[in-house]
Amino acid sequence: MIYGVFSIFLKSRCTSGTNRLYNQIEFPGMLTIRNERLLTNSMVILRLFIGWHFLYEGIIKLYNPDWTSLGYLASAQGPFRSFFISLTSDSMIGIADWGNKMALIFVGMTLLLGVFEKWGALVGALLLALYYLAHPSFPWLTEVNVEGNYWFVNKNLIEFMVCVVIYQLPTSHNFGLQRLFDKKKEVLTQTN
Amino acid sequence: MKFTRRDALKGLGGIPLMGAVWWAGAASSVAKKKERSAILEQLNIQPSLPTAVPGIGGDPIRIGIIGFGIRGEQLCRALGFATNEWKEEMRLAAKENPDNTALADFEAQDKLNVHLAGICDIFDYRANKALNSFNTPDSKMERFRTYKEMIRSGKVDAVVIATPDHWHAPMTIDALENDIHVYVEKPMTHTVEETYRLQEAALNSKAVLQVGHQHRQTLSFQTAKDIILKGTIGHVSLIQTNTNRNDDNGAWMYEIHPDASPQTIDWDMFLGSAPKIPFNKNHFFRWRKWWAYGSGLSGDLLSHDFDRLNCVLNMGIPDSVMTSGGIYTHRDGRNVPDVLQVNMEYPEFSTGSSQPKGKEKGMTFVYSATLGNGFSRPTILMGHDGTLELGNQLTIWPDGQSTRYADMIENGKMNPRVPIYQYNPGASVPDGVASATSQYFADKGLMWTYINGARVDSTFLHMREWLSCTRNGGKVSCGIKEGFEEAISSHMAGLSYKLGQRIEWDKEQGRLKPIEGIDFDKALLASL
Repeated sequence: MIYGVFSIFLKSRCTSGTNRLYNQIEFPGMLTIRNERLLTNSMVILRLFIGWHFLYEGIIKLYNPDWTSLGYLASAQGPFRSFFISLTSDSMIGIADWGNKMALIFVGMTLLLGVFEKWGALVGALLLALYYLAHPSFPWLTEVNVEGNYWFVNKNLIEFMVCVVIYQLPTSHNFGLQRLFDKKKEVLTQTN
Repeated sequence: MKFTRRDALKGLGGIPLMGAVWWAGAASSVAKKKERSAILEQLNIQPSLPTAVPGIGGDPIRIGIIGFGIRGEQLCRALGFATNEWKEEMRLAAKENPDNTALADFEAQDKLNVHLAGICDIFDYRANKALNSFNTPDSKMERFRTYKEMIRSGKVDAVVIATPDHWHAPMTIDALENDIHVYVEKPMTHTVEETYRLQEAALNSKAVLQVGHQHRQTLSFQTAKDIILKGTIGHVSLIQTNTNRNDDNGAWMYEIHPDASPQTIDWDMFLGSAPKIPFNKNHFFRWRKWWAYGSGLSGDLLSHDFDRLNCVLNMGIPDSVMTSGGIYTHRDGRNVPDVLQVNMEYPEFSTGSSQPKGKEKGMTFVYSATLGNGFSRPTILMGHDGTLELGNQLTIWPDGQSTRYADMIENGKMNPRVPIYQYNPGASVPDGVASATSQYFADKGLMWTYINGARVDSTFLHMREWLSCTRNGGKVSCGIKEGFEEAISSHMAGLSYKLGQRIEWDKEQGRLKPIEGIDFDKALLASL
């Protein structure tokens, strides 16, 4: 099955039968998957972790009436500073706060439940791109209240890339509500 | 194909996970909220709202400006009048740096019902500068050669005095005796004797006196009052407040204007009661560096810090003061110290106690200043139950050994390293300083309060309050009582530095306790 998934995105051919024996898929000149099942399971876990993280962040904010993104936005740095500052205006900040909470919960739910995961991954990547751009880890900017040390690449950027990968390797058919929908479709097709 | 158990597990497995995460997040948020509201409920601090001031009705109040130097110009802007030069400078500054909102802030400021009717400055350039911008066809401004002429002209209802310190009291007393309202810069007076005389003049005058301690309008100070009143930090035994400056401007090395000459400056008028010396530009523009015209760190900057605390605690004049210091960082011919340590004793004062009655009483107010280092030392009020950091923002830390919070600290509900309260009236204003700290607060999950969000110039509020009182009656925030306490306390600090002795206050007599063979004012003004 994972072969199918790959074939959609990589438009590659699976080659030798020997490889199949060892559960190995080869994409000439591109990448080799040593263990299909292991990759699937890892991707499922990765998807669940990202969903877990987003949902928890969203819920914490949802249940805390004092929470606001104002401080984060107002202290924005880098090339898009003025855009983020404009979000702190009285008319915008409510929308920004609400949008952020809803987006976090949406991403969390889609990735955890395994449904519309590609949309979830896309929104997640967008959120993380915004977080990164508001406080980019550029060496010429002073980092405010950040744990760890970063040079261009920081955790937001890494999680952004994870979302991009999840978008390209969906796993909800393996673990998630999507599996049931797909099954239902199959059942319907068969009865028809 | 049929649904297998395997399918059900794999298809629905995310649901319990989602439920678990949702529950954990909600529970944690609610628990934190509960804990915080329990603390806040116990503290019961009421953040202050800006006080409403009745408007100034009727004809515009006619104001005379005495002294149009650096501060005089600032005060005029607070009244709603900026020179063309300043506006142009700020327009260019805003162009260069969009964060510079000085001009926009000025233009957004509420308009006061006032008319700048007179200007009195003994330097022609400055008087003309005011006339050029403020003397317009629909709003005439007249130049007066002397303050006496202006006060007696019948053309002004009120005067704003922003002159060197040695002129504050003579001008204020003259205005009050003629029932002209006065806004005078700090320190209210230059000597002990004139402080007594000014007190009498103010008490006998119908005019309204406001001393220029504009921070009395700062919301955080009003909130701090409530914090102390509620016994939030318990008995305060020590206050530490500081001046930390390390630049020429901060050390009063102001620019010398090229137009300055004996022809453009009325030098005799400048000297007034000061010793007669030949024309000296350095003295004229940098008068804060000599006791003859200025008051050094004690009158110039301690007066601010003293009044800030007096505004919060209302502790009044100390029983005694001991000061030491010297000229250690700017040996440029000045005779006022640039490093100063002042200890003010209040053996009878208390902010309340959480311990057995009679155990705690008395407080020391320490002012520590240097003009040779800019490391920002905050103002700290140290109480048995907590520590309050006082500024535009307020932060309270519980004390590890607090009696009041002993249970909460033991239960882990409070942590001496984590503030239990924060107040930041400017938190919703996205300027560089406020936002960096507000993110810090947000990150730490601490409290912040915003009040309408808008940033308002406290000098504007202070002048508006004064003007409103002249029309509508009411009490100003920094009248003669507050001004008297500020001036006497500052002079006690200056005197102790000069004499190397403890200076004591006689509460009953309302006078300094005399020291045999010492003329206080002579000592205070002495050049060494």
